[in-house]
Amino acid sequence: MSHQPTTLFDKVWDAHVIRKIEDGPDVFFIDRHFIHEVTSPVAFLGLETRGIDVMFPDRTFATADHNTPTINQHLPVADPLSANQLLALENNSAKYGISHWGLGDPKNGIVHVVGPENGITQPGMTIVCGDSHTSTHGAFGAIAFGIGTSEVEMVLSSQCIMQPKPKKMRINVNGILGKAVTPKDVTLFIIAQLTTAGATGYFVEYAGDVFENMSMEGRMTVCNMSIEMGARGGMIAPDETTFNYIKGKEKAPKGEAWDKALAYWKTLQTDAAAQFDKEYSFDAADIEPMITYGTNPGMGMGISKSIPKATDLEGGVATYAKSLKYMGFEESEPMIGKKVDYVFIGSCTNGRIEDFRAFASIVKGRKKADHVTAWIVPGSHIVEAQIREEGIYDILTEAGFLLRQPGCSACLAMNDDKIPAGKYAVSTSNRNFEGRQGPGSRTLLASPLVAAAAAVTGVVTDPRELL
Amino acid sequence: MAYDKFTKLTSSAVPLPIENVDTDQIIPARFLKATERKGFGDNLFRDWRYNNDDTPKLDFVLNNPIYSGKILVGGKNFGSGSSREHAAWAIYDYGFRCVVSSFFADIFKGNAINVGILPVQVSEPFLEQIFQAMEADPKAELTVDLAAQTITINATGAVESFAINGYKKHNLLNGFDDIDYLQAMKEEIKTFATASAY
Repeated sequence: MSHQPTTLFDKVWDAHVIRKIEDGPDVFFIDRHFIHEVTSPVAFLGLETRGIDVMFPDRTFATADHNTPTINQHLPVADPLSANQLLALENNSAKYGISHWGLGDPKNGIVHVVGPENGITQPGMTIVCGDSHTSTHGAFGAIAFGIGTSEVEMVLSSQCIMQPKPKKMRINVNGILGKAVTPKDVTLFIIAQLTTAGATGYFVEYAGDVFENMSMEGRMTVCNMSIEMGARGGMIAPDETTFNYIKGKEKAPKGEAWDKALAYWKTLQTDAAAQFDKEYSFDAADIEPMITYGTNPGMGMGISKSIPKATDLEGGVATYAKSLKYMGFEESEPMIGKKVDYVFIGSCTNGRIEDFRAFASIVKGRKKADHVTAWIVPGSHIVEAQIREEGIYDILTEAGFLLRQPGCSACLAMNDDKIPAGKYAVSTSNRNFEGRQGPGSRTLLASPLVAAAAAVTGVVTDPRELL
Repeated sequence: MAYDKFTKLTSSAVPLPIENVDTDQIIPARFLKATERKGFGDNLFRDWRYNNDDTPKLDFVLNNPIYSGKILVGGKNFGSGSSREHAAWAIYDYGFRCVVSSFFADIFKGNAINVGILPVQVSEPFLEQIFQAMEADPKAELTVDLAAQTITINATGAVESFAINGYKKHNLLNGFDDIDYLQAMKEEIKTFATASAY
């Protein structure tokens, strides 16, 4: 039997195609489906209108996160529209027999944080959610991507979506990362190189020793941001780090099932001679702590550099000028020293325990700058508990920070955590679009270390100076 | 939900020559709180269209009465960012049935087709020709013919073909959707699920 060399992506994709439609998409089977309160209600309404049922309720998991307050979660949700969406999620989950971790549930948190930490996310799976950052789960060697509400309805009613197979890209990063260079900096660097649309149409595999040496939390940060360069998703081959993370988690296979799963997971590697449609390679030594200066995540630069000139970049000059005008910045200016009004650490990108450890490493023994408002938001109750157990809570409190309750919070500002118009926020989240963190808000995307440095100094600061 | 058929559309258009129009601009997150697909058109491009006090921003194209029509023409990389289908709903609810650009973000493109909006990807020179035709005459009409897979600038007669896979084209021409298709193959799906490793 001839053996065609295949990629990790091919192996997982091809194992989930039920039918190939000629001159059309693949009928693609979905192993796990996450839902939240914002993109699911209209899908459930669609089921009702059509008079059809949820086909496999035990393959879908619901959690409330986008709309939830991050203080006083024990009180009724004040905004009636938000409360209504949360209630709809609860009722729809109960009606169709779907597991639901609502507000106040000890397992509640951001969907892309709670999936992995409860062992739902496993190598070789296909995972979707009505949220573009579903790419996070690719860190485990799963094919995971965001879908629209029509597709949420498809998955609920048939456990399938209709998806053309994307092209394949590999991004290699090798070498030793410098001081204060975190997984967030690696991904912001890659996106700045490829631009915000540079991977559109592709599914990315991240390879090289930089990713091999990363923790699962770091790999999740990198895969999470894949969509910010247009990729449908990103994935990393599973290895001992992956298996050790999953072992013992509630929904992980146990006993004999574990051994069987592990044997399969170990085959999930790209063959040596496999071909990609596009391939990039970067040197870890070229990456420094990153910060964005514009209104898409591709507009990022090393923190010690100056804002590029439009003429040195691809893309339209008018669009670039509009972006800098919105931010209140000029070409060729440095970012270091710019005043910061808000700092947000959290989100599905950087709301895991390692991110709070990093933040605390700079905050320890220092004080929050007086004029800075800081929102410290864990990705889940499990992360919140870890923050307390590890003493990070005490470090934060002593430095004048308040720990909030889990949720998506200021990443998309659907709840009350909104950055006011014209104010600057250093944010560990994933998008710096106009108004993303509140109407008129100005977002500087960065790592937890850069966020911590800004929080204690009140200006954009190179974290290497504080470590 | 199954939607209206899309066959051939001749209409004036609304130009939005900005690159990387993300779905947060199309519909900001704070307007995603409905549990029904209703009224999203009112908040289409909300923060570009209205000031904080809800008065219209007169320099934004949707507030310029010279431009109208069922076709929205956007700059390169239209619809990036969030997967929110609400963006496609807002565009549809406002009255657009077709979006033209030289490049679309993947998720937006899929969502558009799933709600009955035809995304038409043209070359950058052709997009430039469309913008020029609209500058010369704000009422300049475009004709989008799905069966023939062509888009025409009526005033100049310039034509370009666009790509769409045969399956999606058939769905749009007939008003079918993917759920109809998937419901018809449930036995096959059940068999597959039973054999699944997960």
